[in-house]
Amino acid sequence: MTDTAVESRRETRSAGPAAPPLRPQNRQFAVLAVLVLLAIPLPLILPAAQGAVAVRILIFLIMAVGWNIMSGFGGMFSFGHAAYFGLGAYTSAYLLVEHGVSPWVGMAAGMVVAAAVAMVIGYFSFRYELKGAYFALATFAFAEMLRLITTSSDAVNGAVGYQVPLIQGSSLGQMQFPAGSPAYFWIALVLAGGAVALSILFRHSAAGRYVVAIRDDELAAASVGAPVMRHKLLTVALSGAITAVAGAFYTQYYLFIDPQLAFGSSVSIEAIVTAVIGGIGTIWGPVVGAVIVGSLSDVTATLLATPPEFLSFLQGRSGLDVILYAVMLILIVRLMPKGIFGTLAEKFSERRRR
Amino acid sequence: MTTTIDTDAPETRAPSATLAVLKRAGVVGALVAAAVAVALVQSGSGIVVWQSVVTGLLTGGLYGLIAMGLTLIFGVLDIVNFAHGAMLAVAMFISFGVVAVTGLHPYLTMLITVPALFLVGVLVHRGLLSGSGGATLENQLLITLGLSLLLENGLLLFFGAEPKNVGLPGETHLDVFGAVVAGSRLYAFLGAMALGLLLYWMLQHTRLGTAIRAVASNSAGAELVGINVRRIHTLTFAIGAACAGAAAALAVPLLSVTPTLGEQFNITAFVVVVLGGMGNVVGALVGGLLIGLVEQLTTIYLDGQSSLLGVFVVFVLVLFLRPQGLFGRRT
Amino acid sequence: MSVLELSGVDKSFRGLRALSDVDMAVSEGEIVGVIGPNGAGKTTLFNVICGALKPDAGSVRFAGEDVTGHKPEKIARSGMVRTFQLMRPFATMSVAENVSLAAQHHTRGAERLRGHAVEIVERVGLREWAYRPATELPTAGLKRLELARALAARPRVLLLDEVLAGLLPAEREPVLDLLAELREQDGTTLVFIEHIMAAVMRLSDRVLVLDQGAVLATGTPDEVTADPRVIEAYLGEEPTTHADA
Repeated sequence: MTDTAVESRRETRSAGPAAPPLRPQNRQFAVLAVLVLLAIPLPLILPAAQGAVAVRILIFLIMAVGWNIMSGFGGMFSFGHAAYFGLGAYTSAYLLVEHGVSPWVGMAAGMVVAAAVAMVIGYFSFRYELKGAYFALATFAFAEMLRLITTSSDAVNGAVGYQVPLIQGSSLGQMQFPAGSPAYFWIALVLAGGAVALSILFRHSAAGRYVVAIRDDELAAASVGAPVMRHKLLTVALSGAITAVAGAFYTQYYLFIDPQLAFGSSVSIEAIVTAVIGGIGTIWGPVVGAVIVGSLSDVTATLLATPPEFLSFLQGRSGLDVILYAVMLILIVRLMPKGIFGTLAEKFSERRRR
Repeated sequence: MTTTIDTDAPETRAPSATLAVLKRAGVVGALVAAAVAVALVQSGSGIVVWQSVVTGLLTGGLYGLIAMGLTLIFGVLDIVNFAHGAMLAVAMFISFGVVAVTGLHPYLTMLITVPALFLVGVLVHRGLLSGSGGATLENQLLITLGLSLLLENGLLLFFGAEPKNVGLPGETHLDVFGAVVAGSRLYAFLGAMALGLLLYWMLQHTRLGTAIRAVASNSAGAELVGINVRRIHTLTFAIGAACAGAAAALAVPLLSVTPTLGEQFNITAFVVVVLGGMGNVVGALVGGLLIGLVEQLTTIYLDGQSSLLGVFVVFVLVLFLRPQGLFGRRT
Repeated sequence: MSVLELSGVDKSFRGLRALSDVDMAVSEGEIVGVIGPNGAGKTTLFNVICGALKPDAGSVRFAGEDVTGHKPEKIARSGMVRTFQLMRPFATMSVAENVSLAAQHHTRGAERLRGHAVEIVERVGLREWAYRPATELPTAGLKRLELARALAARPRVLLLDEVLAGLLPAEREPVLDLLAELREQDGTTLVFIEHIMAAVMRLSDRVLVLDQGAVLATGTPDEVTADPRVIEAYLGEEPTTHADA
């Protein structure tokens, strides 16, 4: 190739895309603030049944944000996030019921316990270099072990689980309000907003960038100075702690927890499906996914309570909501692997670049 | 292991490899003997332990057959099929339905469940897993996870959660040196062993089996010598699913048929697959027997704990310490 | 004093000797070329030096400290940085993000980090690619990205694994100039694996020849290429014929 050819090629090429914003997190925080502000009046507008759906959406949202940090940003595919959800639920329930500790303190304790367990599981998995399917199976095994152990441990009420003791009136300190109180939604909103904010902060921090680089190519990241083990452990700890918040709040909201609700594999699956449908590895994916997955069971429940003629044989049956999100999961993985938000965002940025 | 899906066994080292496997088999045998001895001490009753060992091994045969399908799929396609247990449940419902409608002997429903599951396997592979959308490991995990949710909840939606039972005509109880064994359990074990060996023979001695092994060890090379790799992938997935179909017909008199029964078998099958070495068909059969034993012995060791806990403990230890399985070589 | 010193390094894979009893000493500011036939153990040597592989025996000393078996990130942070022969960009990041990631451990603050990255991206001639996804780069661009990323980590010793392979002759010149400049301006020590003998001859102060995992010869480029054992190792062919391979 001659020099002039190189020269002319260089000229036809544009100067490249313009620099992206230096701090993309600023815009994301602004969007988050707007979303939270818009959501505040919801429980006052929505009918009671939909209010409960909104709270469930927020619980899913927190779980999915937690899962997404480890499996989306970190690329460590967890099949056992029920472990951290359950540890959050059980730690707060245990402290409240057995020792009268405030659920807020219990929630914080649950975060610490979940983070510690996540680091222990993580340490051994990374130490023995479990990757891909093996890692997924190991996380699943740990969650199941916790379920089996709680089921047969009298110290935490075995298979019966815990009932949150009811109090008279409402108390913010005890995180308890009359049924249908908008306070539950607002608390969940603060927690979910906090979780998303944390995930934005983390994604754009030095640690978060290392984590993404380690996901992309572990050896290359290490070779430019990314401390691999430390950042993987940090990621799983943060992920576990956030997921524990969902578990602790769940217990206070539904006033009941048992081993299956806390550690059952369906909890792990809900976290995965929510994040994947919305968009794995993106900030807003879990938000979009939670709105869809969280409201689906309500839609199908309504549908099946008074089914149209051709579906009348399904009246009173369960399973339709899961079928719908299973189908959605398969279709999204096959057709838009970046999830709903990820795919839309990509389309949008492509159009802008042209 | 001389079988199938060992990707890196240079022919020249076969004798030493066989020796190594024998050595490991010796270690495993010694561990099992020790475990049984401890159980004897713990329970203080020979007959209790003997009953556990017999029940464990017989149940383990079934685990082995189910896991063989799973490990075959993993070894050849590198797919971790999370829907394997759900496929088993589907086959169970087919078997139950055929018995209920036609009154056919439960074991004969295998004539229907095996081809039906084979077809399911073809459809699932062609429709969901092959092509670019099913390319990455995460995608395969997610697709098979979605499929298992779909199948399980489909069964739940149409058949409800009430357990269904299929009786074995002429069910008897046999005495095996003092241990009581239901005839259905023994027949299931024998059937599983026979089918397992048949599958092994098929892999070793038929043209299709050779092609499958070729694809497993080097799919690019197989393609070069004219093997249609995609077709072999589909067939392998279908054969793996058909294993679940066969296991279903054998197990249907033993179990209550529910939409979620696959979950537990799925877990056990994964443990067996990892224990036997992912992709190792004979390893799966042996692993099945071991896990059957572990389950039964757990109930002796840890009174009041679920038998699954022991299975998971073994699972995690194997994952960490010997992820290549008990009989595989470290790569 | 040597800034990098290997003594008696052994490394085997499943009974196969990849490196045997390798001794090597590199002085501060020196440029050392590493050559050898395919499979001679050149990349394994880099992997052992940088901590990606633990040697079975022997030691690696960097700046007077024993770094044998240290983690790759620790070695990178202490100032010994390598590139990869098969390029390994962070696939979800832009070119500038790839580079700024490598600068993260010594530079804080979004502006300074980006400024630093853009400067290096321009230095390797990838300016118009700065904000495009790294995966869109052609081979030559990816090679430069490898170099840019390593530079961003502020290497005292830079280990380059075939940075010229796959580049057109016209594309090699600026890279060679850059490497020479690195030593002149920044005082960086360079160890580079290269098949293109013209580059080895031009740049190296000293050449180390590996063959079947062992050091076959070391010396000035002229000494080494005249060494009959070296010619033998290349199956009788003159190494210089590789120049335009």
